Amino acid sequence: MEINTENVEDLVSKDYEHGFVTDIDTDTVAPGLNEETIAFISKKKEEPEWLLEWRLKAYRHWLTMEDPTWAHLDIEHIDYQAISYYSAPKSKDDAPKSLDEVDPKLLETYEKLGIPLQEQKFLAGVAVDAVFDSVSVATTFKGKLADAGVIFCPFSEAVKEHPELVKKYLGSVVPAADNFFGALNSAVFTDGSFVYIPKGVRCPMELSTYFRINASNTGQFERTLIIADEKSHVSYLEGCTAPMRDENQLHAAVVELVALEDAEIKYSTVQNWYPGDENGVGGIYNFVTKRADCRGNNSKVSWTQVETGSAITWKYPSCILKGDNSVGEFYSVAVTNNHQQADTGTKMIHIGKNTSSTIISKGISARHAQQSYRGLVKISKSAENARNYTQCDSLLMGDQCGAHTFPYIEAKNSSATVEHEATTSKIGDDQLFYCMQRGIKEEDAVNMIVNGFCKEVFKELPMEFAVEAQKLLGITLEGAVG
Amino acid sequence: MLNIQDLHAKIGNKEILKGLNLSVNAGEVHAIMGPNGSGKSTLANVLAGRNGYDVTKGTVEYEGKDLLELAPEERAWAGVFLAFQYPVEIPGVNNVYLLKAAVNAVRKYRGQTELDAVEFLGLIKEKMKIVKMKEDLLNRSVNEGFSGGEKKRNEIFQMSVLEPKLAILDETDSGLDIDALKIVSEGVNSLRNEERSIILVTHYQRLLDYIKPDHVHVLSNGKIIKSGGPDLALELEEKGYDWIKEEAA
Repeated sequence: MEINTENVEDLVSKDYEHGFVTDIDTDTVAPGLNEETIAFISKKKEEPEWLLEWRLKAYRHWLTMEDPTWAHLDIEHIDYQAISYYSAPKSKDDAPKSLDEVDPKLLETYEKLGIPLQEQKFLAGVAVDAVFDSVSVATTFKGKLADAGVIFCPFSEAVKEHPELVKKYLGSVVPAADNFFGALNSAVFTDGSFVYIPKGVRCPMELSTYFRINASNTGQFERTLIIADEKSHVSYLEGCTAPMRDENQLHAAVVELVALEDAEIKYSTVQNWYPGDENGVGGIYNFVTKRADCRGNNSKVSWTQVETGSAITWKYPSCILKGDNSVGEFYSVAVTNNHQQADTGTKMIHIGKNTSSTIISKGISARHAQQSYRGLVKISKSAENARNYTQCDSLLMGDQCGAHTFPYIEAKNSSATVEHEATTSKIGDDQLFYCMQRGIKEEDAVNMIVNGFCKEVFKELPMEFAVEAQKLLGITLEGAVG
Repeated sequence: MLNIQDLHAKIGNKEILKGLNLSVNAGEVHAIMGPNGSGKSTLANVLAGRNGYDVTKGTVEYEGKDLLELAPEERAWAGVFLAFQYPVEIPGVNNVYLLKAAVNAVRKYRGQTELDAVEFLGLIKEKMKIVKMKEDLLNRSVNEGFSGGEKKRNEIFQMSVLEPKLAILDETDSGLDIDALKIVSEGVNSLRNEERSIILVTHYQRLLDYIKPDHVHVLSNGKIIKSGGPDLALELEEKGYDWIKEEAA
């Protein structure tokens, strides 16, 4: 398709919508990583000795590890000594008791992001644990959740208030020495969210956290731990945006989910971090370890992700299906435009009997972007009657982008049923012309076709996220057909 | 309504239309017939504004406007409709959703209020009868898994909903069995009125048994070489195209 040049330039030069920087004094530690830095973080967070030890053990192990190079990604060398590992908004010291005490600049930031906390209080069913840089500054809906016995708080608070839970579950899904970025996170994580749903409780609202990277040159190392006790149910939403920055910013989060018997966790992500400019300068490095442990029988974990941002995404939300009859699901839409790269997928490890997993992955690449689906379906010897269904579809826009699929299947039990389907298609001039001939503008037509392509995944998202996801997709792909 | 003068168009370096002239008045039905490769589909696509066709000479005037200046969607807003020879499949995009977006895009352009879901459903319920459109096709993805006949029916259904001023039907009869041909033809006939012009692009005469054209034109090697009334089509059916080519040469 040809669009007139003026249009393309208009669209392409459109600034990243959320590219602004809030001017707040940050309490930032000097760049560099050593045992003192870790001790500093731990002290700042007033952590108990055992946690410091845990961090140091992770750090010492990390020192023996090397950056993974197996992903289909072109990553510039990262100088881990050039990164500052701690940054907290200053107002933290006077610990805001309510939103009124929160730095107005922070609130302004949320306003710009379209998540005014003031109004969110009244929004039906959404509690927000807002993470600004590395320290959580405001938490709403606590009362209602407390009534249900649900714990939803910043990770650092959980360390203080619920040490027994943290100690029991931290690192039980993603061990400190699991992988390079996981180990780094274990050593230097600053904050994140902690959720505990007690036995038999259905969490009365969707839980949501907005992550945001703000301070320049500061890596963001979130740690999230969600435990769903027996017969409980929770839906957790995570969404992110970041301000515009020239240098690459490293983000290495770890998310651990534990589902006990008959428990269900639904984890949804809309990720829209700054992807870099059209020449591939700047943008977030998003190296995330997300894993769920379906520990109990009949447990279920469902990952849904819409990844539109970041310069580089390295992310494989996985399920370990230990409990008999446990279910793992992975629904993913990943969009890469300009020079964005993504290597993403999932791992489904079947251990229990009658376990089943579903993988639906939709990849969209435009301009020079490269994208890979990488998935592992592993059926252990013990996994009688395990079932997996995998569907990977790629949509290409333009002729310089790429889509790659790396599905790995290991089946050690002959009773397993594993299905894999993959398709690659190009967004067709024919489809676009058809829509335009019916009076639909090119941009709207692209949106419509791409949203149609992603439909199976979007329907898994909670309503408000589905709407946001569709909008994001539109913004991300603006002018991508050229 | 439509006035084409000395139209030349090429695809790549190959000239397909070589000085085509055609004038269509409001309310008229014109059949453009011709052998394969004569430029019939090129004409349809050039009128609809498809990319990849290079107009090198000539003018197309539509309702006093220079049609060639308009983007494809602007032509649609102005009332130009193309029933595709090969309607595309758009997976995941609901048939009704696309049509509603199309209707509202047109309404917006005309300064009318957009229809909400209820109003729109009311509108299409009526129109479905025209081509005996099956209800389940409405909620399927656009043309996905439709039979050849269902796809063509869907085109005419869309036409009936969009109510164009100038409808170009590109080989709408191809791939239809006799029953489907009848249904589609009845649909088209019911949409004939004094304001609406229809251009039927077809290879065979049989469509014209069901849709009676006011004028028949023979396109050969990028030009209209003979025009006449409905009888011309019958003559073509009988004698083939060669005699006209000879006559014209």
